[in-house]
Amino acid sequence: MNSIDALKELLYKMADDQLIIGHRNSEWTGLGPILEEDIAFSSMAQDKIGQSEHLYNLLNQLGEADADTVAFTRNANQFHSSKLVELPIGDYSFSLIRHFLFDFSEYLRFEALRSSAYEPLAQVSKKFFGEIKYHTMHANTWVNQLGNGNEESHRKMQESLNFAWNYALGIFEPGPAENILVDEYIFIGEESLKNRWLDTIIPLLKKSGLTIPSEDTWKPIYGGRTGVHSENLQPLLEEMTEVYSIDPSADW
Amino acid sequence: MITEAYIREELKQVKDPEIPTISIVDLGIVTGIKIDNTDVHVTLTPTFAGCPALRLMEDMVVDHLNTNNKLGNISVETSFETTWTTDLITPEGHVAIKKHGLAPPRRNCSNISMEILESTNCPYCDSENTSMKSPFGPTLCRSLHYCNNCKQAFEGFKPV
Repeated sequence: MNSIDALKELLYKMADDQLIIGHRNSEWTGLGPILEEDIAFSSMAQDKIGQSEHLYNLLNQLGEADADTVAFTRNANQFHSSKLVELPIGDYSFSLIRHFLFDFSEYLRFEALRSSAYEPLAQVSKKFFGEIKYHTMHANTWVNQLGNGNEESHRKMQESLNFAWNYALGIFEPGPAENILVDEYIFIGEESLKNRWLDTIIPLLKKSGLTIPSEDTWKPIYGGRTGVHSENLQPLLEEMTEVYSIDPSADW
Repeated sequence: MITEAYIREELKQVKDPEIPTISIVDLGIVTGIKIDNTDVHVTLTPTFAGCPALRLMEDMVVDHLNTNNKLGNISVETSFETTWTTDLITPEGHVAIKKHGLAPPRRNCSNISMEILESTNCPYCDSENTSMKSPFGPTLCRSLHYCNNCKQAFEGFKPV
């Protein structure tokens, strides 16, 4: 694998993560438990889908198909998103915990990528970093409030955290060419990112009265990065592309 | 001779489609103007990556400059080379935002925190006695607040 292929692999997994979590977030539109949360998840969906488009545009500049084609014409086994993001929205505690775990990983990913040697990626990362700050502030506020809330809210948050944990570790599935990305200063690599993530979220979860599963039970759920997905992704793609598929040549 | 200042003045006629009191110049998104004889190339930087008005604003720039018969070929590109932050909004821009009924963003040097959002002055009565209700509002660039002084809900232009 050369450095361009390694870079494409990195861009694909980031863009696909953004698109799929963006779609899941949008499923709260009209259904949020309170109006402000309805708006929050809808806004975050818009941010993430917008960010995915810019990442697909970077891939386009590297010779891949255009953003719409890439986003709307692939099957599940061609997606590089982590399994965490394709899981159904579940109950609100799960969506919040996923939002917390995923968005802190993104926040730290884009923070690191601001100094990527691949300048176009560094530029968009600076932009995304400022936007995702709002997502992590939102996630942390709610995780804190509900983790330290009453017995029921605490229990739901803890159960969702337990369920989501190994999926979240799957975000950091090592790519086929981590060493190239690291050696060429394109990216710090998944392992370093995971360590930064753990250092960041563990104290925050503790403050929220939540406990991460004990380390001997950690079993990262991999596969997403190589196109091996759960039964949840294909139906999501079918719903997402329903309108596009009616007439792929339509001009919007 | 066509100068950069001349084009900048022209672009003050192009307003943000979501906040029509502010021009794209005062919003701080015009990050480059290149002039080659009468041809003009304008570079814009996105406010938010997911802003749906992005392409619309590109078209508005082309359409507006095309109405000026002193100018030749007009082209526009969007580039992330300059990262937009709300600190790029001009003082005139702050006035224009307030005129639209939104609280202008605090200067923040990209140091965003809940505290900055909490300390948003009411755009109606200027009171500091306000509460932030949600960092997300009806568009990506707005947050929701309540003024405890004049008992009025209001929106803020989100600092980024």
